[in-house]
Amino acid sequence: MTAVTEHEVSLVPATDHSPQIRSLDLADFPALVGREEEWRFTPLARLRGLHTGEIGAQSPVVVTATSLGGATFALNGPKDVTRAGFTDRVATFAWTQIADVATLTIPKNTQVAETVHISIAGTNGVAFHQLDVNVEQFGEATVIINHSGSATFAGNIDINVADGGKLTIVSIQDWEIDAVHAGHHRVRLGRDATCKHIAVTLGGDVVRLLPSVDYEAPGGSAEFIGLYFAGAGQHAEHRLFVDHSQAHCRSNVVYKGALNGDGAHTVWIGDVLIRSNAIGTETYEINRNLVLSGGGRADSVPNLEIETGEIVGAGHASTTGRFDDEQLFYLESRGISADEARMLVLRGFFEDLLNQINVPEINDGVRTRIEERLAGIR
Amino acid sequence: MSVLEIKGLEVQVTTDDGPKDILRGVDLVVRSGETHALMGPNGSGKSTLAYAIAGHPKYHITGGSVTLDGQDVLAMSVDERARAGLFLAMQYPVEVPGVSVSNFLRTSITAIRGEAPNLRTWIKELKESMNALQIDQQFAERSVNEGFSGGERKRTEILQMELIKPSIAILDETDSGLDVDALRVVSEGINRVRATGETGVLLITHFTRILNYVKPDFVHVFFDGRIVRQGGPELADDIEANGYAQYTAV
Ligand SMILES: Nc1ncnc2c1ncn2[C@@H]1O[C@H](COP(=O)(O)OP(=O)(O)OP(=O)(O)O)[C@@H](O)[C@H]1O
Ligand SMILES: [Mg+2]
Repeated sequence: MTAVTEHEVSLVPATDHSPQIRSLDLADFPALVGREEEWRFTPLARLRGLHTGEIGAQSPVVVTATSLGGATFALNGPKDVTRAGFTDRVATFAWTQIADVATLTIPKNTQVAETVHISIAGTNGVAFHQLDVNVEQFGEATVIINHSGSATFAGNIDINVADGGKLTIVSIQDWEIDAVHAGHHRVRLGRDATCKHIAVTLGGDVVRLLPSVDYEAPGGSAEFIGLYFAGAGQHAEHRLFVDHSQAHCRSNVVYKGALNGDGAHTVWIGDVLIRSNAIGTETYEINRNLVLSGGGRADSVPNLEIETGEIVGAGHASTTGRFDDEQLFYLESRGISADEARMLVLRGFFEDLLNQINVPEINDGVRTRIEERLAGIR
Repeated sequence: MSVLEIKGLEVQVTTDDGPKDILRGVDLVVRSGETHALMGPNGSGKSTLAYAIAGHPKYHITGGSVTLDGQDVLAMSVDERARAGLFLAMQYPVEVPGVSVSNFLRTSITAIRGEAPNLRTWIKELKESMNALQIDQQFAERSVNEGFSGGERKRTEILQMELIKPSIAILDETDSGLDVDALRVVSEGINRVRATGETGVLLITHFTRILNYVKPDFVHVFFDGRIVRQGGPELADDIEANGYAQYTAV
């Protein structure tokens, strides 16, 4: 993909599911009414003006990076004007609001042994942020980004993995219960580059993440893993867009979510586009949801659009199950309390995904936090 | 020594056409060490009795009482009943996807015994019970009942009973759907538990076949929501030979 300058609008070839507008200029995006395909599941009224621009007092997030090893971090780098336009109105709004860009760089040929930690902490106001994660040629790293505190937050992460680079990046949404978080996480992969993007969404009133991948050369491999938990009244939305525009690339999407309590709402959209030139593509996506109790709603929409038949494989699956009264009775009749029973089922549900995530620094923590969330702790 | 005492138990279910009476005054006493067989035609309410004792939310108690060693069972939650010593091997054991048999059993045993079992002895105990019931060790890592055949489910129910060691076990048609060899293996499992003398068994069945292995002390004939006849093992043979009509004619 070529970068566009700030005032150009590039129209991506129209397909059913790929975005129609890419721009850094908010004026290029029509006002939202909520009926748009990509907004129809989102409770706009709870975005606190991120979608209209009518926002409250700003109070920046506190961003810190630790355990850098061979990586470098610039907190307030200059804002460029040459990056690719965003395809989402709120992401573009965030871009117009920020004054500088934070950049984590994994230098060429550098394997960062320690896991890099970046903390993004809300300070109870409206905040915007742009983080770039640049993995240079043959660089390798694991990065954990932890979102916490309370905020109305629009933050984008541009993840560029150059030729032969390898990145595992974890974004944990562990917000206070009243937080709002909208963000576009854009992965760009060079030749034979690999990125494993992991989203863990546990807290917040509304979280709407858009992980996407663009392949700039053949041989790229993207893995998207997601784990989300929505308690009563929470909205957790993940919209994936995998744009296979190069030959011989791979993608694998595995998202699992649990809903507990009335008004819990999760949305998973998996748009995978295999363009006509993307021969040798291998892609699979799966979303599984589990309703543990109450009248939660899990929307799950896989979309696979294939413009060439010369692929290795493409598939998708989506299931939503409910932990029902008969299952609960069965476990209870063996002496297990209702709370323990739900815990048992929840642990079982996420166990294989946690094994796939395989980032030792977070596995135990995420396990604990899921169980705390189930027990009604934030 | 435990006593399950059922007195004048009346139970309703809610149907689309309103409440429906299923149990119409059941009286039964089961003591640990005793084995009772409960036989009766389809739809007479045998499973309803079992579920009502275990506390299934679908069944509403409209009269009577159930006590275990004098404690009011009907006032207990489902899990409390299990921890108090009641066990129900279900006619149709439920699938619980995502929860492995070994996790399930360990959680159950921890709840029932009030503390987590010592890991090493627990693994040994589980292995031995599985071997005795001829359950492949691989089943420990499979999801509870998911994709299990009818017979595999029934064996797993008895496995649970052996590990839990309840004071009163209700076995709802555990023998149905078992092949001859499985019937013998499962019966041996039930007999191992009986041999301890610490468990009372209420065996719900349609067939005398299992009663040749698991010799009942008492046989009860169930019809239209109540026990209409009680006797010894000879009653079962009589039913086998002549059917229920003789007890159920009004
Ligand atoms: N939810 C329900 N709605 C309507 N009728 C019900 C419901 N549950 C049970 N019943 C009825 O109650 C009666 C007793 O059912 P139950 O399952 O206790 O019979 P059973 O003696 O165990 O029969 P079987 O030998 O076939 O297992 C049946 O007529 C059944 O249809
Ligand atoms: Mg029955």
